[in-house]
Amino acid sequence: MTPGFVLRRIGFYVLICAITLFFAVPMLWIASAPFDSSPGLGVHWPDWTLENFRKTLEHPYAMHSMVNSLLICVTTAVAVTLFAALASYALSRVRIPGRDALLYGLLLLSSVVTGTAAMVPIFVMMFQLGLIDSRFGVALVMTGGLLPAAIFILKDFVDAVPKSYEESARVFGASTGQILRDVVLPVARPGLATIMVWAFVNSWGNFLVPFLLLRSIDKQPGAVLMQTLTDEGGSVNLQVLPVFSLLFSIPVVVLYLLVNSRYGFRFHGGIKS
Amino acid sequence: MASPSAPVEGVAPARGRGPARDVAGLGVGRAFGFVAPAFLLIGAFLIFPALWTIYIGITNYRLTGVEAVSPSVVGLSNYTKALNDALFHNALWLTLVFVLGSAIIGQNILGFTLAWIMRRTRPAVRRTVEAFVLLAWILPSTVVAYLWVAFYDRDGGTLNSLLGTQGTAWLIDYPMACLVVFNTWRGTAFSMMLYSSALQAVPPSQLESARMFGASGWQTLRDVVFPHIRGHVLTNTLLISLWTANDFSPFLLTKGGPNHESETVPVYIYNVALQGGELGYSSAISFLLLIANLLVSLVYLRLLRRRS
Repeated sequence: MTPGFVLRRIGFYVLICAITLFFAVPMLWIASAPFDSSPGLGVHWPDWTLENFRKTLEHPYAMHSMVNSLLICVTTAVAVTLFAALASYALSRVRIPGRDALLYGLLLLSSVVTGTAAMVPIFVMMFQLGLIDSRFGVALVMTGGLLPAAIFILKDFVDAVPKSYEESARVFGASTGQILRDVVLPVARPGLATIMVWAFVNSWGNFLVPFLLLRSIDKQPGAVLMQTLTDEGGSVNLQVLPVFSLLFSIPVVVLYLLVNSRYGFRFHGGIKS
Repeated sequence: MASPSAPVEGVAPARGRGPARDVAGLGVGRAFGFVAPAFLLIGAFLIFPALWTIYIGITNYRLTGVEAVSPSVVGLSNYTKALNDALFHNALWLTLVFVLGSAIIGQNILGFTLAWIMRRTRPAVRRTVEAFVLLAWILPSTVVAYLWVAFYDRDGGTLNSLLGTQGTAWLIDYPMACLVVFNTWRGTAFSMMLYSSALQAVPPSQLESARMFGASGWQTLRDVVFPHIRGHVLTNTLLISLWTANDFSPFLLTKGGPNHESETVPVYIYNVALQGGELGYSSAISFLLLIANLLVSLVYLRLLRRRS
């Protein structure tokens, strides 16, 4: 234990503490303010109360926006999973003419056409289709945006499913429909679950698309309502916003932990969740 | 789409990997039927808008007024306008600062530092630190933005309490610096995870011999570690730059203000299109952003393919 070694150890732990504090301190507010009887914007030890929760539940739009979020995100997640599953299975097992070009195009699309780059034409298109202020329209746009990456990840899962299962089922005389339903579907379930969670989490946090396409406050999902409340300001909202932030974050964190513990990976294809 | 989805790391379009065998007897016809719904949606809500940008970009289409009803084609005048538009130049410059500061320098260096120092820490410490870094990454963007608005607040914000600088309006006085710190915090998790897995590919025996020869930490990094992870540094930098340049969350913190001081290209597009109503002009700028994204993605895919 030379002095140099000790110094380096101390420096090492100081560095770790500094980095951890950098990440933790801005988050402390969401842990303290919801329970504080006089919530402000700064972090301090709360004067415990659950009054803010009551206020939030009574707020005319807060819980309603959660329902909107749920509606939009469940639609998106189901549509993404269903269509991506069909497409990825066909792309994995059947050599469709031009398949490689299709896959390459998908990969490009998923990173090139971002929400910000496409917001103007999407807005104009939905405007002309009369789908402005429609939650279904929001789900459609989100589904289109998530599908390329979803197909790509799912194809990877399906490629990894041994073909021998399907072959033996076929030998025993199973029809194509039976093979898909009774053999492929159960084996691919972890992949499907992951994609569904991934699509849900992504659309849950999506601010731009609903912000762009929804006008009335009673159709806004949580992500947009938070922004609306922030812009309004005022002391009532300072009671509602912290609780709402907390409640709105819980599904994302829970789903993340679930996928992480259930399937033991958290870094599939550089995609969150 | 606000948090762009990643092309799959390490998976270039798999040519010849696992020859496609139609084991369930699907047939090409039904295969097309399986692929069709997904591609219809992608075509309608992704490819068509991207191509339509080109057309809207050469018209004088507006949100309201005469040009909203009957827009006319104005050729390339939107692009020549962009060349002389000081606010667009300002947006380009701020995007460059944002990408350079928060992605190329901030997330890259902090992410690598975390991955490097966490290699040999105790699992409990490692898990705790990673939990906070990951939490910053997975929380919804509006929540995160509000956390930072509160953190930077002039009256009673945590930053002012910590530094004892009551009354400093950080988001108004130093908007770009605030955004750079915010985005570094927000996105470091990705670089940390990518570098953690990259560092596992460095042979321990080489690190061992570097230590035996008395190489300093810096020399080890430069001569032993870096050659092994060079490809990862490049792909990571490309991806996080792409995402940062397309990030809309600056809007949630500053809305581009004060006085355009933090108006990056995505925020500028929104402000021109929806606040100013100039759909034609903002489409032209969107198209330039699409082209930039395409160039970066092509380089990225070429790198991936060469590696696999």
